[in-house]
Amino acid sequence: MNNTKKFRREPLTDTQLLMTITICIFVGMYLLAMLLFKGGFLHAQQVFDMLNDNASLIIVSCGLTIVMIGGGIDISVGAVTSLVVMSCVLYLNNGGNIFGSIRLALVIGLAFGVVHGFLISYLEIQPFIVTLAGMFFARGLTTILSVNPQKVDHDSFAALRAMKIEIPWLGYTAKNGNLIPARMELGVVVALVCVLLVFIMLTFFRLGRGFYAMGGNQQSALMLGINVKLTRFISYVLSGLLSGISGYVFMMHTGAGNATNAAGMEMNAIASSIIGGTLLTGGVGNVVGTLFGTLTLTTIKKIVVSSGLNDPWWQSITTGGMLCFFILLQSVVLSRRAKKKKA
Amino acid sequence: MQDNALLQMRKINKIFPGVKALSEVDFTLREGEIHALMGENGAGKSTLIKVLTGVYQMDGGEITVNGEKIVIHSPQDAQKHGISTVYQEITLCPNLTVAENMFIGREHNPLVNKKAREKKADKLLEELGIPARSTQQLGSCSLAVQQMVAIARAVDSRCKVLILDEPTSSLDDKEVNMLFKLMRDLKSQGVGIIFVTHFLEQVYEVCDRITVLRNGELVGEYLIEDLPQVELVAKMIGKELDELGALTYFEEEKKESGEVFYEAASLSSSDALPFDFKIHKGEVNGFTGLLGSGRSESVRAIFGADKVTGGKVKIKGEDVKITKPLDAMKHGIGYLAEDRKRDGIIAELSVRENIILALQVMKGFFKPISRSEAEAFADEYIKVLNIKTASKDTPIGSLSGGNQQKVILARWLLTHPDYLILDEPTRGIDVGTKLEIQKLVLKLAEEGVSVTFISSEVEEMLRTCSRLIVMRDRHIVGELKGADLNQTQVMKTIAGGESENEK
Amino acid sequence: MKSKFKNFFKGGLGQLAIPIIAICILVIFNLFRDPSFFSIAIQHNNDGNIVLSGNLISIINGASELAILAMGMTLVTAACGGQDISVGAMAAIAGSAFVKVLKSTSVINGGTVIAGFLLACVVAMLFASFNGTLVSVFKIQPMIATLILYTCGRSIAYWINGGATPTVSSPIINAIGSFIPGIPIPTPVLIVIAVAILFKLVFHFTSLELFTQSVGINGSAARLNGINSTFIKLLSFIILGICVAIAGSIGVSRLGLINHETLLLDIEMDTILAVAIGGNNLGGGKFKISGSIIGAYVIQMLTITLYAMKVSSTDVKAYKAIVIIILVVIGSPVIKSKIQKLISRIKARKQNTIAKGAV
Repeated sequence: MNNTKKFRREPLTDTQLLMTITICIFVGMYLLAMLLFKGGFLHAQQVFDMLNDNASLIIVSCGLTIVMIGGGIDISVGAVTSLVVMSCVLYLNNGGNIFGSIRLALVIGLAFGVVHGFLISYLEIQPFIVTLAGMFFARGLTTILSVNPQKVDHDSFAALRAMKIEIPWLGYTAKNGNLIPARMELGVVVALVCVLLVFIMLTFFRLGRGFYAMGGNQQSALMLGINVKLTRFISYVLSGLLSGISGYVFMMHTGAGNATNAAGMEMNAIASSIIGGTLLTGGVGNVVGTLFGTLTLTTIKKIVVSSGLNDPWWQSITTGGMLCFFILLQSVVLSRRAKKKKA
Repeated sequence: MQDNALLQMRKINKIFPGVKALSEVDFTLREGEIHALMGENGAGKSTLIKVLTGVYQMDGGEITVNGEKIVIHSPQDAQKHGISTVYQEITLCPNLTVAENMFIGREHNPLVNKKAREKKADKLLEELGIPARSTQQLGSCSLAVQQMVAIARAVDSRCKVLILDEPTSSLDDKEVNMLFKLMRDLKSQGVGIIFVTHFLEQVYEVCDRITVLRNGELVGEYLIEDLPQVELVAKMIGKELDELGALTYFEEEKKESGEVFYEAASLSSSDALPFDFKIHKGEVNGFTGLLGSGRSESVRAIFGADKVTGGKVKIKGEDVKITKPLDAMKHGIGYLAEDRKRDGIIAELSVRENIILALQVMKGFFKPISRSEAEAFADEYIKVLNIKTASKDTPIGSLSGGNQQKVILARWLLTHPDYLILDEPTRGIDVGTKLEIQKLVLKLAEEGVSVTFISSEVEEMLRTCSRLIVMRDRHIVGELKGADLNQTQVMKTIAGGESENEK
Repeated sequence: MKSKFKNFFKGGLGQLAIPIIAICILVIFNLFRDPSFFSIAIQHNNDGNIVLSGNLISIINGASELAILAMGMTLVTAACGGQDISVGAMAAIAGSAFVKVLKSTSVINGGTVIAGFLLACVVAMLFASFNGTLVSVFKIQPMIATLILYTCGRSIAYWINGGATPTVSSPIINAIGSFIPGIPIPTPVLIVIAVAILFKLVFHFTSLELFTQSVGINGSAARLNGINSTFIKLLSFIILGICVAIAGSIGVSRLGLINHETLLLDIEMDTILAVAIGGNNLGGGKFKISGSIIGAYVIQMLTITLYAMKVSSTDVKAYKAIVIIILVVIGSPVIKSKIQKLISRIKARKQNTIAKGAV
């Protein structure tokens, strides 16, 4: 019993530790990029661009982080996003209105979440298989809706799309002397609100702590009086809902639907969560980390492009390398901790 | 007589596929009493507890609390009715903080007030004398502290019925006393406590009443004064204890002779400090000491179970290197691990596969044991050790604890070891099997096998061992043999120099 | 005899029940839909060989790569409690290595093909050991560890091919991809049979099965019994690597070209599905290779059935998903226990009536 009564700072929990590492690496990497490549990296617009391009990925990753904290996995998120895009585009083009399309997006996302959650938590089927089937279903449905790319042709939606938040003081002066303000799309606001809400839910709400408990030790969570089945169910519903939102944001960004939309997004989302410090084993992770995970991934890609490595395969190889680095780092950090605890 | 009955269970039935785990069991708990629930493994204690806590659904019978009939479908239901449980295995979440573990799942407010809850937790921890901080991650606490946190949680939930399912198996004496004090406090507040344990002495120290189960049936309910220890044991195993007498016969045959089989000089591992040790052929020795004294870690070092960091090892006088379990096995050493569930059984594999596993490993990857050979081995040892299993193809996980332990023993006996290390082979198993295992140890020794025997029950070690190595704070502090082998001497050595001042 | 039969149903078929039922339903469904669906015709192909053709043949032939990968995946699943999602990408790499060797000589003969295949094996085993090391030494979840190669594997194949999609044409490659002259059965099917026999032999002459299951169910206990669990896990990945090389080579031979983007695309998902439909627990432990093989054919039969029903290849996924969900729901533990309860209740009622009758 070497616990002294004296006050001292608590050591970081696993979640905090992994998140801190990610944020530090992101900041370090970005600073390095600013020093080495200057150019775009010196403008705030660079960060906003990264957010603009990845708003829907961030939202999807939030949902995935919730599921992963609870010890599950949802690989249908990309496909659901794609399905939402396609159905909303068709809906709008066939005389739907904005509110109807938003409702449609949410309903599709929720429906997938509810079915996944029910099959996984109440029928106890392996999450990987259920969400794999969900992925197949959503992808198949998307192509059934339309094999050809569809462009949105809808006035009020175009107006909504055009809405951008301009922050003049973060802008820069272009060569011709015009001040170009930093532009942020509406989707980014949605994404950041999602991150914030999910963060609050995970940190301050009974439900959120329930996810952590369930991921830490499912049996214990049950014994502690947590309704594990319901909690797990909700985690998939939330993930589905966020996929729906992500689909809408995706559509706002691209303004068109395509059967190959958001291809491979589920793996990018998993990668973001992992880099952000979420463990697939459950119980450890944080959405703020996930946000930085997404940014880290994007920054790497930007750096690769800035280095003049324009071949497309460089991007994925560096992404793979980065992923490898983070995975190893986490493994080493956590196993060292475990050793320390023992001694 | 039942006017102050707090909890009544009437004619409880529980059927598992193929087994009737409980049949028509009655149980009554009164206000302000500590009630021991006793029985061999497989008697149905755990099942009864799990029915009461909503982990299992009963197939018949009724439960009343304060005279009101209740239905329990889940642990939450149980908590709602004031029934709290502390399980043998830690059932908390290691990734959450201590405070969270104490309050999660009990609050109704969807918003969590972290500060208030931490304050409350710290107060309670201090009251109960638990050495932990509320903001600490639970995983960074020792097992004993985690157990105490679980109890603190139950205490705080103002439960009417507190179930302690083998809470003491991972606690040392000091902590057990702390727990007992806590139990008596709660009792005086009118809480009814159900205490499940395998330590008979503890039952007589703290309990008021005993209910005995056997084979899923009620044997009876007794006041503690009316049931001497020997009779209790007899009730539990369902036969008179002739065999207890038989064991004392062996006692005189304890011997120390022959060549030295195994010798270690300043052997150390990642978990054990350097120590010297030797054992003769056909000798039974024991490692004793409190939990965390390093007794398990030391024998693990002998077997190479943890990373060996230094020291010299001789077997039959020859220098050998043992750095991993396979090395030890090749030199004729077998090791039955302390934690059967975690380190022993391969739960989903059949009894047969579990029995041949170690021999198969020793034979090597490219020489598999044929099915017919394996079946012959399994049949042989099921008979020799009297393993109760439906068939040799039954998954070991569905056997009772004692029979699982026998299968693991069979696994090592099959390798015909020269030196067998048994770390707590009798923990958590019934009295009858305990005796069988003790006898087996003595028989093995007679056949020339060296045995190291570890048990948290000193009495048991005195019966079987001819030499006891006493450890304290990860050091060997004494070696007892001959006339020194008695309870008082052992206790004194374990407690160390200061012990004379105490009692 | 009767008890043996019963035991077979209880123990042996228990795990295989779902895939076998699935196959039966699919067969019956197809027979109803089109009685000639399974008819096998004897034809002369372009090279003038006598070959078998028909839907059944194309099902069995088309599932070859899947079946081979599923066998390897079963081992990885059992030992590591997780799946390798990089098999498709690794197959692209192995296929590229295979083509690289074939392209290096002007004349493709038996020797070059063997050399190419061996190089493909070595390359696949190397990448598989990378995965295996992450999983076994660094204790990283398989899905996460293999995510790395999943992300960048096809790019590596792109790099090996120099960004092109080289074609190979040779009678030997053609023979591997379709038919060996004189043998009417597609060669990939023969290869599947050979691999399955190889697995059977390995299980018979080594303790791989027992050790893998032990490691998968209880790694800690396995270690204390002297099993080198790191090695077993690594070995399972290496065996999967060989399977990947075989599947990749077949894939290349079928088309006569290597396309790093499309070779065995998305096969990892189908492979995992085959393992799961075969009744194997994706969390590791006990396994049955035969289940996974049947699972692979179930998936292929489903796909071909849908094609035969004029479902376009892009839409197949949606229907596949529905069937998968139905299969796993039937196989789910909750539904199973409900059915069991129902059966026991019916039995009890029967016994009651019999007892009454006796009185």
